[in-house]
Amino acid sequence: MQKVAEIAQKRAIQLLNQGAVNRVLGWKKGEFPYDETPAVFASADELKDFVYDSFSSPNLSKYLIEESRKEGKVLAFLKPCDTYSFNQLIKEHRVNRENVYIIGIECGGMIDVVTLKNRGAVGLTGADDDGENITAHTLYGDVKVRKEEVLLEKCQACKGKKHVIYDELIIVNPQDEKPRDRFAGVEAIEAMTPQERFDFWRAQLSKCIRCNACRNICPACSCLQCVFDNPKSGVASKASPDTFEEQLYHIIRAFHVAGRCTDCGECSRVCPQDIPLHLLNRKFIKDMSAFYGEYKAGEDSETRPPLVDFSKDDVEPCIISDKGGDR
Amino acid sequence: MQKIGVFICWCGSNIAATVDVKKVAEAALREPGVVFSADYQYMCSESGQRLMKDTIKEKGLTGVVVCSCSPRMHEATFRKAAESCGLNPYMVEIANIREHCSWIHKDIEEATEKAVILMRAAVAKVNLNQSLTAGKSDVVKRALVIGGGIAGIQTALDIAEAGYEVDIVEKKPTIGGKMAELDKTFPTLDCSACILTPKMVDAAAHEKIKIYAYSEVEKVSGFVGNFTATIRKKARYVNENLCTGCGLCTEKCPSRKAPNEFNEGLNTRSAIYIPFAQAVPKLAVIDPAACIHFKTGKCGLCEKTCDAKAIDYNQKDELIERRYGAIVVATGFNVIKLDNFEEYGYAANPDVITSLELERLMNAAGPTGGTLLRPSDKTHPKKIVFVQCVGSRGQRPCDKPYCSKICCMYTAKHSMLIREKYPDTEVYVFYIDVRTPGKNFEEFYRRAVEQYGVHYIKGQVGKVAENEGKLRVYGSDLLLNEQVVIDADLVVLAAAIEPDESAKKIATMLTTSIDTNNFLTEAHPKLRPVESATAGIFLSGVCQGPKDIPETVAQASAAAVKVVGLLAKDQITCNPCVARSDELLCNGCSACEKVCPYGAISYMDKEVNDHGKREVRRLAYVNEAVCQGCGACTVACPSGAMDLKGFTNKQIMAEVDAICR
Repeated sequence: MQKVAEIAQKRAIQLLNQGAVNRVLGWKKGEFPYDETPAVFASADELKDFVYDSFSSPNLSKYLIEESRKEGKVLAFLKPCDTYSFNQLIKEHRVNRENVYIIGIECGGMIDVVTLKNRGAVGLTGADDDGENITAHTLYGDVKVRKEEVLLEKCQACKGKKHVIYDELIIVNPQDEKPRDRFAGVEAIEAMTPQERFDFWRAQLSKCIRCNACRNICPACSCLQCVFDNPKSGVASKASPDTFEEQLYHIIRAFHVAGRCTDCGECSRVCPQDIPLHLLNRKFIKDMSAFYGEYKAGEDSETRPPLVDFSKDDVEPCIISDKGGDR
Repeated sequence: MQKIGVFICWCGSNIAATVDVKKVAEAALREPGVVFSADYQYMCSESGQRLMKDTIKEKGLTGVVVCSCSPRMHEATFRKAAESCGLNPYMVEIANIREHCSWIHKDIEEATEKAVILMRAAVAKVNLNQSLTAGKSDVVKRALVIGGGIAGIQTALDIAEAGYEVDIVEKKPTIGGKMAELDKTFPTLDCSACILTPKMVDAAAHEKIKIYAYSEVEKVSGFVGNFTATIRKKARYVNENLCTGCGLCTEKCPSRKAPNEFNEGLNTRSAIYIPFAQAVPKLAVIDPAACIHFKTGKCGLCEKTCDAKAIDYNQKDELIERRYGAIVVATGFNVIKLDNFEEYGYAANPDVITSLELERLMNAAGPTGGTLLRPSDKTHPKKIVFVQCVGSRGQRPCDKPYCSKICCMYTAKHSMLIREKYPDTEVYVFYIDVRTPGKNFEEFYRRAVEQYGVHYIKGQVGKVAENEGKLRVYGSDLLLNEQVVIDADLVVLAAAIEPDESAKKIATMLTTSIDTNNFLTEAHPKLRPVESATAGIFLSGVCQGPKDIPETVAQASAAAVKVVGLLAKDQITCNPCVARSDELLCNGCSACEKVCPYGAISYMDKEVNDHGKREVRRLAYVNEAVCQGCGACTVACPSGAMDLKGFTNKQIMAEVDAICR
């Protein structure tokens, strides 16, 4: 991992010095040693702060909406799942592809800090990742855990190690594709009775404090003005008479990103209340694939997404209600 | 603030018997913006409209709600009335308290409550209505007729006679359709070819008519007055400008095993063929599935034979794009497949045939030269059993629930013709009912029974089984209440008819609707029988429902009149309820463009001033002449930038709020 970061840093400096790119979008250390934060570097000197490690979970694609519209070219480091988001943004004409130089960077999965802390790594000062195990350094000594056990949810359900769009790749340790069941969580909810399901979501969504972090991080939520910020839309921030009213926010959001969500998992990662928001999106993804054939948003930048496409072979609405109704 | 008048129609007793109209009128006065309400016996009547107009003037109304029947019925009526006294027609809304309320409820209290709610929603909407002005768009003065049977031909001839250009697109190599296969026609028994082929020739010769035979409509875009169709002209492998239709190639062709479609597969034809002697256009066509040259690369006899040098093995399908103001669907019908009707042994026994096959066996241009010979041993059948309603009026999955309408009459025709020509032949007809509603139809049927001595047996056939070279028909006579067994030489099945398989595809292409049996749906079963629900699309012939030749021709002419009425206009008024995009909200994501079925949305880069911030953005632009106001874009738009005039998100939310209040 350390080696990948060094190569990436070196290559970024090289491209900057050559004048091939004007800026670099990467990660630097945040307030804590484990909250790697997106950053734009404009010189070799600034790039000294560049980091890439098992805490570099933020998906940088969304930042390219702004960055790619500026003068000059920006180099962006994208992990495999981040490249799906970028492709989707190309499809929606939200980024200027010509102004972006993409380096696909190897990813062995990112660590969920909360889980790591729960496994005893309190007072975390850093961590080493050998691929199999994480050695967490803390104020009180080292804690060693199996990496698999402390992965972020989005990495446990990893879509794959393949970059779907890039200009060059940095891969030092080719990663094995492990069989992952992305939809087990959705299936568990589908198996519930309607009442259980309602209670589950009521409990989850009632925790929402409406901080909007899920929306602000989401690469699909790229509207110039979100309906929730538009007083004319009739759904903009109203005082909630009931905490559960936030359900509408999440459900409307899930509908708005349906067919466009690449399942990058950022919404659940940033939620301070640990609401499993990815489950809503994955339910849509699962159903869409069942109804209209396997579709992965962002796998390419041309295919018409099933929800804005129609063909004579589309399933009949009655078949959809058979599968999705109360039974 | 609007000044709204609410008018509640009794519709005689249609509404007033189930809805307490007085209560609805009282409730209306409590709604915001409502300054006047009244109930009236027939709002659509002259005096009802006068009440509305007078009130608009007296009270200075800015909006009107009429609680009455479906807007499909009288929205236009009331809008016109409002316009005549200076109110913008789009300030009038209909609350449908008939179809949506009085007709489907029994309880007066419940129905009244619902009528009040529907009224409330309409008032809430009118409060947000804005005056809309319709634009105009040009009409392309040319019509497209899909299907070249008698329906399509008649429609095209009538349109052309009125002076407008018309194209016929026929998927088969010749026009003529099913009627060309018929021998005689009821109830006058004139020869089908004698009355059809002159019309085919007229169509081909008419300077305003262009025939695209062996072609299919592949794509249609646009809207009433301005459609663009892509026509695939299939490769004939014969240059139609050079071919003289002499037929020499068809005689020389060594591949002669392909089933002859024109004779319902009762004999074979060559791989290069002319469908029949009177085909229009009279041009040869190569069936590549049967042609030796296409299968092995050898042969080439037709090419050598053809003096005109018309054979072109390398011919490719051609795509032609043409613009039209109106489209007529005349795709016709087919006889159903009888694979699922094992009881009649159609597949197992060559002497069990369909009525259409019998037409060919009795036709002078047919496989037997007009002598009735049974297919198996080419002998004269002495005893013939006709079975009616095969697959029609049935309840099983393989059955059609409807009456195919033509079978009673053609069966009477067949039995009569056979008894006339071969008096020694005994003819039996099994029927459920004999239906003869048509001019001179009952008389025709009576002649078959009384003058020609055809044995009509009320009852159905349970089984047809082969028995020593004959067909043993097991039936029941319901009038005598006994089982009947007849040893027949030939069994003729009056198989049900169904819309041609292209109907469904074409309906989808034209965004018009079909019913559960794949017949195209007319805009109104009584008052608009030849128009589809989609503006500019008209229906002609059996594609709309089973009908005989006289009815088909009448409907074809009716469709032509509707087309001519449209093409006679230089411009048509557009629907002002079209989408518009809010520049400051549009992300340029293309979701709307992708869902737009009319291709009305395009994108452009435009500088916007977003609260002082100037930048060039990719923005959606709606072509108002092309937009049909379906609203698909408004739902697809993630940021809510797209809205539909006359049905804005705000208006719809206001209606929902009013209903839920």
